[in-house]
Amino acid sequence: MVSLSGNLLFASFILYLIATVFFAGSIKDKKGKLKEKGPNKWAKIAIFITIIGFISQLGYFITRWIVAGHAPVSNMFEFGTFFALSLVGAFIVLYYMYKTPLLGVFTLPVALLLIAFSSMFSRDISPLIPALQSHWLYIHVTTAALGQAILGMSFAAGLIYLVKAIDQSKPSKRTFWLETIMFGLICTLGFVLVTTTFSLLDYKAEFNWIDKNGQQLKQEYTMPAITGPNEGELLTAGKFEPLVEMPGIINAKKLNTVVWSLLSGTIIYLLFRLIIRKRVGAVLQPVVKNIKLDLVDEIGYRSVLIGFPVFTLGALIFAMIWAQIAWTRFWGWDPKEVWALITFLFYAAFLHLRLSKGWHGEKSAWLAVVGFVIIMFNFVAVNLVIAGLHSYAG
Amino acid sequence: MKHVKCECGHVNPHGTILCEACGRVLQESEKEKQLVDMRYEGSARRSQTYNKTIVDKVWNFFSSVKVGVWLIVITLIASALGTIFPQEMYIPPIMPAAEYYEDQYGWIGKLYYDLGFHNLYSSWWYLVLIASIGISLVICSLDRVIPLWRALKAQRVSRHEGFLKRQRVFGVSEASNLDESYEKVKERLKAKRYNIREEDGNILAEKGRFSRWGPYVNHIGLIIFLIGGMLRFVPGMYIDEVLWVREGETKVIPETDGQYYLKNNKFILEVYDKDKDNQAFSEAIEEKGMVAKNYQSNVTLYKKKGETVAGQPPELEKVKDYPIKVNEPLKFEGYALYQVSYKLDELSKMTFTLGNKKSNESFGEVKIDLNDPKDRYDLGNGYAVEVVSYFPDFEFDDSGEPVTKSKVPNNPAFVFKMITPDKKEGEISFVAIQQTIEPFGDNEYKMNFSGIDTKNVSSITVRKDLTLWLIAFGGLIFMIGVAQGSYWNHRRIWIRRVNDEVWIAGHTNKNWHGLKREIQAVLEDTGIKEPEDQMQKEENKE
Repeated sequence: MVSLSGNLLFASFILYLIATVFFAGSIKDKKGKLKEKGPNKWAKIAIFITIIGFISQLGYFITRWIVAGHAPVSNMFEFGTFFALSLVGAFIVLYYMYKTPLLGVFTLPVALLLIAFSSMFSRDISPLIPALQSHWLYIHVTTAALGQAILGMSFAAGLIYLVKAIDQSKPSKRTFWLETIMFGLICTLGFVLVTTTFSLLDYKAEFNWIDKNGQQLKQEYTMPAITGPNEGELLTAGKFEPLVEMPGIINAKKLNTVVWSLLSGTIIYLLFRLIIRKRVGAVLQPVVKNIKLDLVDEIGYRSVLIGFPVFTLGALIFAMIWAQIAWTRFWGWDPKEVWALITFLFYAAFLHLRLSKGWHGEKSAWLAVVGFVIIMFNFVAVNLVIAGLHSYAG
Repeated sequence: MKHVKCECGHVNPHGTILCEACGRVLQESEKEKQLVDMRYEGSARRSQTYNKTIVDKVWNFFSSVKVGVWLIVITLIASALGTIFPQEMYIPPIMPAAEYYEDQYGWIGKLYYDLGFHNLYSSWWYLVLIASIGISLVICSLDRVIPLWRALKAQRVSRHEGFLKRQRVFGVSEASNLDESYEKVKERLKAKRYNIREEDGNILAEKGRFSRWGPYVNHIGLIIFLIGGMLRFVPGMYIDEVLWVREGETKVIPETDGQYYLKNNKFILEVYDKDKDNQAFSEAIEEKGMVAKNYQSNVTLYKKKGETVAGQPPELEKVKDYPIKVNEPLKFEGYALYQVSYKLDELSKMTFTLGNKKSNESFGEVKIDLNDPKDRYDLGNGYAVEVVSYFPDFEFDDSGEPVTKSKVPNNPAFVFKMITPDKKEGEISFVAIQQTIEPFGDNEYKMNFSGIDTKNVSSITVRKDLTLWLIAFGGLIFMIGVAQGSYWNHRRIWIRRVNDEVWIAGHTNKNWHGLKREIQAVLEDTGIKEPEDQMQKEENKE
């Protein structure tokens, strides 16, 4: 059953990949016959494959639930894949609302990156610690993830808007920031590629090192150490010696992973620029040629409107109810709680700026991008970097 | 106060931009615009009309959405700052906070501490920010909701041409056999759950007006929530106490006026077993080493019976037995008892034997309850041990005197007086763990350590929070309001006959795509042309 569950997830990953290609194909096909109403054949195939992939991933979720005896939303891998599942679900709904295949070209790669990224963490089925043993685990985490996924759809829409609206004929602040977003996505890809490569090579290097409290500890690197631990001493023979040594207060191993991701991302990005000789945004621009800006703007705004209440319910209200039961208080300024509040405040500001200050169109699209960065920060950094009660991921 | 009378006869409050009844543009500056600004229906808002007194100025400051958004953004950034390093309540109590931050994070940590960011969320300026958001919520809402309500109530079916023409969705079409089309349109609008009002052959179809109140309802919810949060500072509303109870011990529950007692029968700690528990967990357990499965205190709750007589132990009546687990607190009378922490194997009893140093002969055993030692233990035949001094958590102070750090028997030490038939005055001996000092020279007798008993201790949080219902109520109202405002749209379609033409205008507070689709469906095959989105037209021109 465990392997069945894993295979279903893998299948959905492949299906999303194929669907992305078909969605991209449906755009190209449209060039000649602009007048045609509604999605074409390619798009119909693409959405069909997406739905099959969604069902397959749902199968992964259910089988894993059965095996574990609890909903698989309790660590980095499980949460990330569920986030991707919700994102695809939200996309399917929005697809039928607005009939825009283009949305798939931008959403599915984000979902793919999320699944790949999450799969880099431990995939073991872990037992639940006492604090997590509650039905609120499913209620709180799934609702919060769904809310974030719907909000994430506004990121996809915002990205489309920016790719279309930003003038690529000359470099500007706008092209720079758009490229920064693309670079961020590429670095995630870099992280996945580097991690997979070294894990296939079975790279393991052990270090003795001294932590900030002066204690000697052992640490195992699974990537060649660029940033080595404090007073680190390489124990495994024939492995890469660290280039730079970090002070004890910095987690050198995690930093090393970040450095590798940035490095590989930079290489991929530079190669792309060298070969294609265009910005990533400029290469994508023809893809979005036929979409109406105000429709994309509407989709983005709609996603925020639908997602905001769901997010508030899941990530704040249900969270507070559970915290009152498990941790004796509904609010305790734990970093995850604070970042959920920050997300809430950000989208509240988004809505006020839009409703009262008329921040439509491009401004709104930039905000949607920033919102997604905050959501991702809460998912990744708050789990891995900032220590708190929610750091179950490990 | 001046009023503005519109040509249609309706009297509008001073400052109105669009006539509440017919929509005619009343302010000159608005007349030049291609599309009217439909926010708040062009009603007269206090903040836009008056700016003389201090009250006006304060009102105008807080009623501005710009100010509101700035407050939100500043709060957002401040909140983020508080997560850079752990807040003081989350640092381990190994050293004072002043040292901890510098020790752990270097000069940045020191700066963090010096700026007071280690207690950011209870700092005065953070509370001022939250309070300002609260004030802004109230004033923003009042400034808008009253005029908006007036305007929506006063609106007439027939709208001024200038109003219709300046709507985002607008179209004119010549129509033949209009009556038939009209009926069709009306029927379809009804099927789409529009409320239809008719006047002189003009139609106003409206639905979802209540969604316009969503923002104000959710703001009320937030205000209630914030008031609930403030109530915590009212004495008696909020109790947060920690109770450490040893196994077998009965303790009064703090803040219950001595009415309730808790006995800890047993503390249980379980960890996952890779062989017995779900096989799917085995790899994870192997990797992590040990994973906790359950923290549980089996307790008995007692209520005091009758009046306590001084010096007498209170008479207790059992209320119930309950296993307190994480996620399963024991609740009674508005109180909740939570399993929050534990200490395994705390020393509870120590056993010594009194013996002769030379002959190794033993004269009996002394078992000392470390939480309640007796003054004297008689061993019979003239042998006895007196406890002269007891240090449960012993250390030597700066002057070399033995002192105790706490009442918890972490490191017990005793001064014994050993009384034997041959030494009737007794010999004094200082006994600590792994250590015996004989302050008055060589003794003949000795207290030999022979064993310890240990007990587990449960840490129970005693919580009473009378603000919860108000906070929950505020949350509920907020959710209702936010759903009301997000999931419904206020749509209006005006159809007006002007000579032989039909003028159609549409407005929605959001989701224009949906409105256009609805109009399209309503007008299909009626001979009436679909209105255009004037905003899109402009965009295409560019």
